Amino acid sequence: MNEAIQIVLFMVALAALSPLLGRYMAKVFIGEKHFMKPVFGWLETSIYKVSGVKSEEEMNWKTYLYGVLLFNLFGMVVLFLLQMFQAYLPLNTEKLPNVSWHLSFNTAASFITNTNWQSYSGENTLSYLVQMMGLTVQNFVSAATGIAVVLALIRGLTRKTTDALGNFWADMTRSVIYVLLPLSIILTMVFVSQGAVQTFSHYVKATTLQGTEQVIPLGPAASQSVIKQLGTNGGGFFNANAAHPFESPTPFTNFLEMLALLIISSSLVFTYGHYMKSKRQARAIFITMFILFAVGLAISLWSEYSHNNVLNISGNMEGKETRFGVANSVLFSVVTTDASCGAVNCMHDSLSPLSGMVSMFNMMLGEIIFGGVGSGLYGIIIFIILTVFIAGLMVGRTPEYLGKKIEAFEMKMAILAILAPSIVIKLFSAIACSIPAGVSSLNNAGPHGLSEILYAFSSAAGNNGSAFGGLNANTVFYNLMIGFDMLIGRFGIIVPVMAIAGSMAKKKVTPVSSGTFRTDNWLFVMLLISVILIVGGLTFFPPLALGPIVEHFLMNLGVTF
Amino acid sequence: MEKRNTSHLFTRGIALQALKDSFIKLNPAVLVKNPVIFIVSIGALMTTVVVFTDILNGHFSNFNFQITLWLWFTVLFANFAEAVAEGRGKAQAASLRKSRTQTKARKLVHSKEEMVLANDLRKGDVVICDAGDIIPADGDVIEGIASVDESAITGESAPVIRESGGDRCAVTGGTKVISDRITIKVTSEPGFTFLDRIIALIEGAKRQKTPNEIALIILLSGLTIIFLLVVVALPAYFGYSLKASGVSPNHNLTLPVLISLLVCLIPTTIGGLLSAIGISGMDRLLRKNVIATSGKAIEAAGDTDVLLLDKTGTITLGNRMATEFIPAEGFTKEQLADAAQLASLADETPEGRSVVVLAKEQFNIRAREMQSLDTEFIPFTAQTSMSGIDLKNPDGQLRRIRKGSSNAIRKFIENNNGFFPENVEETVSELSRQGATPLVVGENNQVLGVIHLKDIVKGGIKQRFAQLRMMGIRTIMITGDNPQTAAAIAAEAGVDDFLAEAKPEDKLHRIREEQANGHLVGMIGDGTNDAPALAQADVGLAMNTGTQAAREAGNMVDLDSNPTKLIEVVETGKQLLMTRGALTTFSIANDVAKYFAIIPAIATLLYVTSSGVSPLSVLNIMKLTSPESAILSAVIFNALIIVALIPLALRGVKYRPISANRVLALNIVIYGLGGIIVPFIGIKLIDMLLVSIHMI
Repeated sequence: MNEAIQIVLFMVALAALSPLLGRYMAKVFIGEKHFMKPVFGWLETSIYKVSGVKSEEEMNWKTYLYGVLLFNLFGMVVLFLLQMFQAYLPLNTEKLPNVSWHLSFNTAASFITNTNWQSYSGENTLSYLVQMMGLTVQNFVSAATGIAVVLALIRGLTRKTTDALGNFWADMTRSVIYVLLPLSIILTMVFVSQGAVQTFSHYVKATTLQGTEQVIPLGPAASQSVIKQLGTNGGGFFNANAAHPFESPTPFTNFLEMLALLIISSSLVFTYGHYMKSKRQARAIFITMFILFAVGLAISLWSEYSHNNVLNISGNMEGKETRFGVANSVLFSVVTTDASCGAVNCMHDSLSPLSGMVSMFNMMLGEIIFGGVGSGLYGIIIFIILTVFIAGLMVGRTPEYLGKKIEAFEMKMAILAILAPSIVIKLFSAIACSIPAGVSSLNNAGPHGLSEILYAFSSAAGNNGSAFGGLNANTVFYNLMIGFDMLIGRFGIIVPVMAIAGSMAKKKVTPVSSGTFRTDNWLFVMLLISVILIVGGLTFFPPLALGPIVEHFLMNLGVTF
Repeated sequence: MEKRNTSHLFTRGIALQALKDSFIKLNPAVLVKNPVIFIVSIGALMTTVVVFTDILNGHFSNFNFQITLWLWFTVLFANFAEAVAEGRGKAQAASLRKSRTQTKARKLVHSKEEMVLANDLRKGDVVICDAGDIIPADGDVIEGIASVDESAITGESAPVIRESGGDRCAVTGGTKVISDRITIKVTSEPGFTFLDRIIALIEGAKRQKTPNEIALIILLSGLTIIFLLVVVALPAYFGYSLKASGVSPNHNLTLPVLISLLVCLIPTTIGGLLSAIGISGMDRLLRKNVIATSGKAIEAAGDTDVLLLDKTGTITLGNRMATEFIPAEGFTKEQLADAAQLASLADETPEGRSVVVLAKEQFNIRAREMQSLDTEFIPFTAQTSMSGIDLKNPDGQLRRIRKGSSNAIRKFIENNNGFFPENVEETVSELSRQGATPLVVGENNQVLGVIHLKDIVKGGIKQRFAQLRMMGIRTIMITGDNPQTAAAIAAEAGVDDFLAEAKPEDKLHRIREEQANGHLVGMIGDGTNDAPALAQADVGLAMNTGTQAAREAGNMVDLDSNPTKLIEVVETGKQLLMTRGALTTFSIANDVAKYFAIIPAIATLLYVTSSGVSPLSVLNIMKLTSPESAILSAVIFNALIIVALIPLALRGVKYRPISANRVLALNIVIYGLGGIIVPFIGIKLIDMLLVSIHMI
């Protein structure tokens, strides 16, 4: 009962807060007056002054995209170099050595793509400098990149006969200053008040009751922990991530972490609504996401609480943090995989086969159930375009979305955006499970091993970053494969999305009539859900059948590996 | 040529030809144009190779052989669908071609006649045609008037009048002059005549993929790539699972099984029927006697959301009719009717005739022989805006009777020192308000009364417009009437908007305005001054009776010259897109069942438990007999469904004039939900049949 109340509370809080934050963000990005302007306005103008950005100058899609790519390339190079030479750089209190080239590549790719896949454990590998100047900075700007891209797409869809999609640098600056920064400052305060660690001190050595010496890692964890949720980054300061008491000390912080994780993505839907001047349209998207989330959660909970024939228990606690219990762990696992966050408060490797599959499938769908900050919305818009095209034909008109015709070019780009992550997940996982370099990293035999490989590549391509564990990913093979996986999963979508934004912006708008295919009613919600599930299902059914599904049946038969 | 209204989808002749063509279309250069079917043919080729190498190695797999056969059938069925659609067009083209005989032409060179071959005529040449001659090329009549039999093109046997000047000057090559003599200036180059273009279009020789078709092909190719990946990656997952189950890697999936899975998953149904749908869309229009110059135009017709319709002929019956005589104070109806009839005797316009007829019907006043009297007819001029008659009574008194607009008659009466009574003025404005045309009759210095001329709105047109509105199409009536009259007719006919006192350039202006607001506009036109508007409109339907300029400017020609045809054109366009959408949905939905057939079938060796079965056999919810029968059944279903859906592709999905939302909901239930359920049943039945006849 207690669990049910917590879950309902979470859902209500999400549904209630999203429209408010969405409205605020709309004000920020449309350029209306808002209450943070007097607080941080000076910062915005001085950034423009120093960097020479003319914030009012709007860009076409190519210039905007060029900005996105240039900025991310720069971030990646800096992050790569910071790791390669961390031993020679300051703020390395634990005298950690330089990071290997392939791990540096993997981590750099991981953090600029908002994935935060970690092939290493943070406290043993990276210096405070890298964590703060590299990772924390990327936690902000990679999230801001997602917001910027979706803003360009939103403008492309809602404006007519124009080239102008906004100014990338201004969108980035505003996202960080008015959205990410204030929210993370407030939340960090709360976290610290709850007992999260925020310090530059050396790690502490303690003597345990048994008399052995234990090193307790410290660091500026609270701030990192907050932004990793808000920005759907997910890279924990400590290896145990959100299960670590220094990152998330209390059930209350656990609740806030989950909320922070979805809030910007779901609010952006309402921001989109303001741009469309249609709350109904926004609500339809929100409801679609919400249903997919709720169904996934239901399956996951059912599976976790079902009787486990092997262990002869139900509500298995293995891999879960006792402070949070089963329900909150499952909720977290669904939320974090819906949102491309990847922070975890339990070990997904130990989830029941079907709960694991739900997490995996959430990522395979392309992180569109709320999804990553910005990326979730542009991802689902791609599916909307696909749905509108398939179903829209059935009303006897050239399919149109928001009054704009979907033609060959948009179709080509939408297909590219859907293909890019699917191709890498399938091909890379197929390669990994057929060569020794891939299989040798496995700690589990049987179908679960296949699940681990699938999970890793789905997580990377979906820019989620959570791991199934059980897979030793810090090898040259996996670092490179997963590194490329993340880059393709990110930019393989961003590039076509920007192209769609550009070509949609140029189009005229056909006024709505009763001959128009509506995209703001229940029928459309159901259709969109079906298309998402069928396309995702058809693509991934065979490997899922050979991984988690067969594992589930075997578990019921009492077979283990 | 007979009316193109055959109700049979295809005849024996067409079917036999199509059967032959399906093999000819196996040519890779033809197949490659259809990416989905091309992939199937490559798959079929690969399994063929497997079967032959097996035979060479001395073992024969019945299963592989049957799979191969059905894969080839899949390709052939898709080819057959396209060939049937083309065949129907070709049959029509052949009958058109018969009328294009090798005629000789009498060409005028320096005002002398010269016999030349029709094919040698160039644009700008001048030819002469007498009664009995076949008109050698498309052109405009520059001199004379003649009746022309155009049945070769239109199927309509009643001859039509063609004359120089005005909007009826265009003649079509291949039609026959029945009476009189005309001089024609050729307007087309050889091989590019109207008839040539029709034939080329029908035969599909110049058929280009339409924008929507291209977008759909991209989607289908995308799906094909996804499924290609599914199948390519599968042996890897499978190999891993075999190893985990402790089974020898030699039991990995064979090529024919993988190809079967691929062919079942890729959207072969819509892929195989796509071009048939496109061709038959054009064909259906042709059956309605409308020729579209491109498939793109038909698609645009489906998108149209504003229709510009001329009032006369489309919304109202050709002309206004006199319906009532309303006398002024001091006169009887009969007196008015008598004067009105006299004034209209020489008026050959339909309106004038209707006055004569009404007077005869109501008061039995017969048309009189006027030649004997000392009469003078005053014809209508634009300056005076009235017409009438001057006649001397037997007593020598001059009667000057006029009928015309109230302003004109007022001027006439006042010039004769009379006055215009107030009650007549009231009647006039009352009639105008009703949308009627008041025609005032005056004699010398007195106003006799008003003739009520009324537009007769066509029966059933209001319901038609209501349907259009439900489909989200706005209708705009174009008329030369004043705004008051226009508004009243607009209300009676139920159009959404009207454009009163419209000049040709107003039409063009209105179209541009609507387009600027994002609308797609369809219109009908026939006159030369309609040409710019026809060219500007997204769908310009030109009347076949219209001028050459109008026919060139529009992107469709209506051979029946029936203005309400535009509505049917829009419906055909919508039907075309709906059919594509419905079959795409159906095709994708089918995959769910195929997975449930094939995945448990191929996984029988994996993780086999002590009971001897794989846990994945739980997924065999259809309870198919064996792995082989399951795969074969799925492949056979996949091939047969193409044939089963050919009639639907040719006829188009049922069109209903209801709102987009209801259409969508309905089609989703039929083709989406149906697409999920039908294959479960179909595959199960095929499986039962295969087993009962020991095919497997």
